[in-house]
Amino acid sequence: MKNDVLVIRTGAANLASVAAALRRAGARAIVSDDPSRVASAPAVVLPGVGAFGPAMERLRASRVDVAVAARVRRGRPTLAICLGLQLLTLGSEEAEGVGGVGVLQTEVARFPDGVRVPQMGWNDVTPDASCALLRSGAAYFANSLRVTRPPKGWSAAWGSHGGRFVAALERGAVLACQFHPELSGAWGADLISRWLVAARGEVATC
Amino acid sequence: MLMRRVIACLDVKDDRVVKGVRFRLLRDVGEPAGLAQAYAAQGADEIVLLDVSATPERRRHAVATVRAVRTHLAIPLTVGGGIRSVDDARALLDAGADKVAVNAAAVARPRLLDELSRRFGAQCVVLSIDALRRPRYHEVIVRSGAAPTGIDAVEWARTGTRHGAGEILLTGIDRDGTRAGYDLELIRNVAASVKVPVVASGGGATVAHMLEAFAAGADAVLAASLLHDGVMTIGALKRELAEHGEEVRP
Repeated sequence: MKNDVLVIRTGAANLASVAAALRRAGARAIVSDDPSRVASAPAVVLPGVGAFGPAMERLRASRVDVAVAARVRRGRPTLAICLGLQLLTLGSEEAEGVGGVGVLQTEVARFPDGVRVPQMGWNDVTPDASCALLRSGAAYFANSLRVTRPPKGWSAAWGSHGGRFVAALERGAVLACQFHPELSGAWGADLISRWLVAARGEVATC
Repeated sequence: MLMRRVIACLDVKDDRVVKGVRFRLLRDVGEPAGLAQAYAAQGADEIVLLDVSATPERRRHAVATVRAVRTHLAIPLTVGGGIRSVDDARALLDAGADKVAVNAAAVARPRLLDELSRRFGAQCVVLSIDALRRPRYHEVIVRSGAAPTGIDAVEWARTGTRHGAGEILLTGIDRDGTRAGYDLELIRNVAASVKVPVVASGGGATVAHMLEAFAAGADAVLAASLLHDGVMTIGALKRELAEHGEEVRP
């Protein structure tokens, strides 16, 4: 059975890489920023490359922010990547005064001084025991800010760069990764496959 | 901990991978998508694809090449060569690049870096610097014009990151293709002057060279000739780096 996955057109992200990874995992990738399709799609990817302020502005202008918030609240299959994770929070130091989608009750902050920024490259990911989708391994990161405090009710995986940070969060079929699963080799491909399987299960029970 | 990266570099001309050794002609070493995939399977942490062709059709070729490489490649892909505008970059990103590398166009117009990083994020913008050793400093050389610029490479790296570059790809061009080891003084001076990661390029031929580059402050090393010639696989190279205490992705 093929998953149909809607990839949200954010205007800046590396959509082609995300779509190619989904196709390799046997899914059909459809790119759109139509809020009604985002609301109804069986599975949605919120990719993220770019800056918090402009990306949030674009999500609001197309009303996709509301559709994404509703999906995450209801546990509908959703995968947020990199800036995508950050957009789901309450807000970011990168854009003071700009509210995020607000479904993750936490905030995004800069890395401390003394480490390379952006964090660019492969870093170990260590999941909490409660994680079902996330496993230990090396993932590819490309980020200048990060979350350090996981919101209540979510299982977290951790990384370390100038101290511990949240590498990913999961709750049911909702997965938010600070790293790029689409660029994380075989480990990332396996994670995407597990998410697609979870997405199929979730849709079947809806 | 963030790991050290080993990046495979493919110089592409008219949809073929070539490698120039300083005093020799470009040699044809294979087809880009197949080579990129083979290096990824060996354990390459990233692929850099530099378009060195000079034909009027280069952009069409480059976009098609990037699309073919991306279809099977599950690790990051940086593409450089002839990028002069946000539209040039977007065409490559839409074809499957994750980062774009700019060189001559940024020297001519540093605001290009601001435009690219505002649009795509700093982590997407690689500033490629070719530097030549002079008696008192390293001079930025714009290879396409074969023109010395009189610009100090360390100063330019700092300026470039202020304009939004998120990574420096630093080539000591007197070392390029010579297998004499990286220009360590250049790496040391640039790595100490910027916050962004620095990728060392030019002259790396042995594990010892790579260890020296990491010790000098490089976050990643670029390899081309030694891979294309089959001197060493990336897997073997990374195992040796690990034995010497470097944290690398297995």
